[in-house]
Amino acid sequence: MLRFLVRRILGALVILLVISAVTFWLFYAIPRDPAMMSCGKNCTPDMLKQVRHNLGIDHPVPVQYWYWLKGIFVGRSYGDFGNCPAPCLGYSFANRQPVLGTILDRLPLTLSLAFGSAVVFIIFGVGAGMIAAVKQGKWQDKVASSGSLIASSLQIYFVGYLAMYLLVAQLGILDNPSYTPITDNPAEWASGLLLPWLVLALIWTANYTRMSRSQLVETLTEDYVRTARAKGLSRRKVFFRFAWRGAMGPIVTIFGIDLATLIGGAIITESVFSLQGVGRLALDAVNKSDLPMVLGVTLLSAGAIVIFNIIVDAVYALIDPRIRLA
Amino acid sequence: MSNTNPLLDVSGLTKHFPIKGGFPIRRTVGAVQAVDGLDFQVSAGESLGLVGESGCGKSTTGRLITRLMEPTAGTIKYQGQDITHAGRKQLAPIRSEIQMIFQDPYASLNPRQTVGKIIAGPMEINDINPAGGREKRVRELLEIVGLNPEHFNRFPHEFSGGQRQRIGVARALALEPKLIVADEPVSALDVSIQAQVVNLLQKVQQELGIAFVFIAHDLAIVRHFSQRVAVMYLGKIMEIADREDLYDNPRHPYTRALLSAVPEATVDEEPRERIRLVGDVPSPINPPSGCRFRTRCWKATEKCASEAPPLVQVEGNKPGHLTACHYPETPETIPAPRLSKDPEAAA
Amino acid sequence: MTSTDQQPFLSIKDLKVHFSTEDGVVKAVDGLSFDLAKGQTLGIVGESGSGKSVTNLTILGLHDPARTSIEGEILLDGQDLLTASEREMERLRGNKMSMIFQDALASLSPYHTVGIQIAETYRKHTGCSKSEARKRAIEMLRRVGIPQPDMRVDDYPHQFSGGMRQRAMIAMALVCDPELLIADEPTTALDVTVQAQIMDLLKDLQQEFGTAIIFITHDLGVIADIADDVLVMYGGRCVERGTKREVLRDPQHPYTLGLMNSMPSLNGPVDVPLTPIPGAPPSLLNPPSGCRFHPRCAFTEKVSGGKCSSERPLLEIVEGRGSACHLTAEQKQELFADFAATRQH
Repeated sequence: MLRFLVRRILGALVILLVISAVTFWLFYAIPRDPAMMSCGKNCTPDMLKQVRHNLGIDHPVPVQYWYWLKGIFVGRSYGDFGNCPAPCLGYSFANRQPVLGTILDRLPLTLSLAFGSAVVFIIFGVGAGMIAAVKQGKWQDKVASSGSLIASSLQIYFVGYLAMYLLVAQLGILDNPSYTPITDNPAEWASGLLLPWLVLALIWTANYTRMSRSQLVETLTEDYVRTARAKGLSRRKVFFRFAWRGAMGPIVTIFGIDLATLIGGAIITESVFSLQGVGRLALDAVNKSDLPMVLGVTLLSAGAIVIFNIIVDAVYALIDPRIRLA
Repeated sequence: MSNTNPLLDVSGLTKHFPIKGGFPIRRTVGAVQAVDGLDFQVSAGESLGLVGESGCGKSTTGRLITRLMEPTAGTIKYQGQDITHAGRKQLAPIRSEIQMIFQDPYASLNPRQTVGKIIAGPMEINDINPAGGREKRVRELLEIVGLNPEHFNRFPHEFSGGQRQRIGVARALALEPKLIVADEPVSALDVSIQAQVVNLLQKVQQELGIAFVFIAHDLAIVRHFSQRVAVMYLGKIMEIADREDLYDNPRHPYTRALLSAVPEATVDEEPRERIRLVGDVPSPINPPSGCRFRTRCWKATEKCASEAPPLVQVEGNKPGHLTACHYPETPETIPAPRLSKDPEAAA
Repeated sequence: MTSTDQQPFLSIKDLKVHFSTEDGVVKAVDGLSFDLAKGQTLGIVGESGSGKSVTNLTILGLHDPARTSIEGEILLDGQDLLTASEREMERLRGNKMSMIFQDALASLSPYHTVGIQIAETYRKHTGCSKSEARKRAIEMLRRVGIPQPDMRVDDYPHQFSGGMRQRAMIAMALVCDPELLIADEPTTALDVTVQAQIMDLLKDLQQEFGTAIIFITHDLGVIADIADDVLVMYGGRCVERGTKREVLRDPQHPYTLGLMNSMPSLNGPVDVPLTPIPGAPPSLLNPPSGCRFHPRCAFTEKVSGGKCSSERPLLEIVEGRGSACHLTAEQKQELFADFAATRQH
């Protein structure tokens, strides 16, 4: 297990390094001058030069990349713009703030959104899938199957606005989406995010219903499930102890990747509900050609996916003893 | 049998699959010794049977001969030409002469192609245009394998398992091959169907003079179909001989044990010899030193562990009967099951 | 089976198992009857679609009740299994009757150790403690010949070799001393040398426990080795029944004869064609009328009036021996004579 973790974490660092280098290089391929935007309207060539120097973009690209890497470990100074202590992921041109601080400000909202909706969709999605698998061909199965088909063809920007209109504006059942840190007031945190959770979860629930149904239907026909019945175990025990165990692996895999994707920011959901999360941050950064911020958010998403991949593989090995970690 | 100019000449054929491991950098830490130093020849028109239990390397051997796999060492000569590491271009003319028939008649036919297209496939790939057109040839081939020539427009799922295997045979015959490697061609079929396919293959071998490498685990079917038989165990040939010698006079303890374990559908008055081997076949990852069979052999001594017995004509063997054993069985001790030829065929 | 007034241990009467599928009704078993005495081994021979596996899943009640309709009677020790409640069946399965399957790797749970899987069965039926069940599991593994059972008990099935997995499967099936063991092609996936070991083991265990065994196989050679009585199935029906000796030496049904002729033997003639049965096993969606074997049978024209295709031949069992064929005994003697000549060398 330790070997596995060391090897995989080393691998993850290499991947992140490559991603940062590629993002860096790609960004300079687009013909935009961030210093120009930072300098303002009455910009003189001297001022521009100074801004460039402060931003650290008056060096060749590889050197800039080296400074960026160095900044992560020793911090960095941006002249008039201020200091960026280690670990410094760069300094945002647009926000005039260190990248890491901004991301960390936005992250709690995105994490709340991701984990909250994940709880909803895993419970409802897998639950519906289990019922559909047990009641194969009966009305419960048909409702679950057609319901998930409809739900998965919906779009957040449609369901989101519709839900806000109906549930908030017309009926007043739910609060307008807002974010209160959980540490300040857990009740308000939950009630403010309930609507985004449900809307975001609705579409994912459908996926999980279909996936867990098909997984379970498959494992229920496995020979070892039949053997368990032939031993005299009850249907219920066979379902949970044998069939469910077999179906869990693939579900955990997809769940890990989905969760990681959500942590990288739910851009549309955040936009629809006017929530200031990582997704909105990424969108703004791209619009403003804010390289350090783009890089920071990219690394966050990539890092989440890489780390969750390692977790998924480890969990998979716990579920299935045939998988050996190495 | 003269082996001065065999159709296929295999010597020292070896295939090791590397095992990756180690820390922190992965490297090759061992090898699955699937096939380890095989020597055998196949003459034109002859059928060589390869028998053995799971993990003995018989299927790997088939894939090496047809060059679906790259050998680790050794040489494969086809009609005197070394094709061991031949490239795609060099292999092209030979590919049409060596064909393969697979075990699973369900998986080895493309379900989206008509039977006509499947059988004509090899002709298309090799750009061969027989006189009268490909469709005429396809009908001929269907006729040869005992299917209705009018069915060339049907899809594989419209045929039964035995019929599908006939389609596989027709495809293999499309390019008039000189050698067919058949890998367990009947083991997926029902008993009553197996005989149909065995008869078809026998007809093809006898009438068209095609040489076969017939890979199977069923000793009775191999005996019925192959004039010469090689018994494999853990990647090595234990014994190779003409079928009469091998089945009537097995010299290797493994061959003898294998034969005695075959259940026969007879209720004999006198009980047959019973040799029961202990345990399973060991892993080919770290095969036993010396003779690979020694861990299950009742005759094994220290010599067997230290020294791998060469595959040679041991004393008492007829020419061409080779046995890899330090302590071969003696012919006298065998309660001889006779190999009877059909009286009419002999006459 | 010598005395008629005594109830046989297992008695199946006119069993019909029909599945409804999208394409229609599959008549998997169509009027099957047989008896089995305690401590006896009945070999059931048949090819794919003969109904042999379905019959045995039905005895254990492991069919899908939603799409299966069953008629007839299955009496185990006088108790009708077809009318027994699910709870009652659960109590019997793994306890009084158990089953081993062809593919031991797929049939054992990959997620639990071999020991847990054996102990689980024992605990379910005896309600003993975990440590007691574990002890019993180790004991059973020793009984079936697994070396170092106290260590291997904590292994997972994938850590076992093919032969050991089948042994573990047998240990699991026998852990509660069942009176009936159904073995569905238990050696088909094994190498011959291992197959021989497993059959010896089953014979030894039967001696020890006095279990009645139903042994399903397509291999007449295996039957010759292990069975007392033989039942040949074709197209969901029994076509021939008798002792092993009777059936193998003197087959009375053209299908049995055809099966034996199509198998090459270790000392039969070579370089001559085998005598296969033409055609393919029937579809049970649309089975042939009359005798289900008639489209593949070589002797239909010997029976007058086209009876083979119009009338189902009855299976009359006299002293455990019988066949379902319209040919008369004299005709069989004459027509099957060649067989005896080629078979007995």
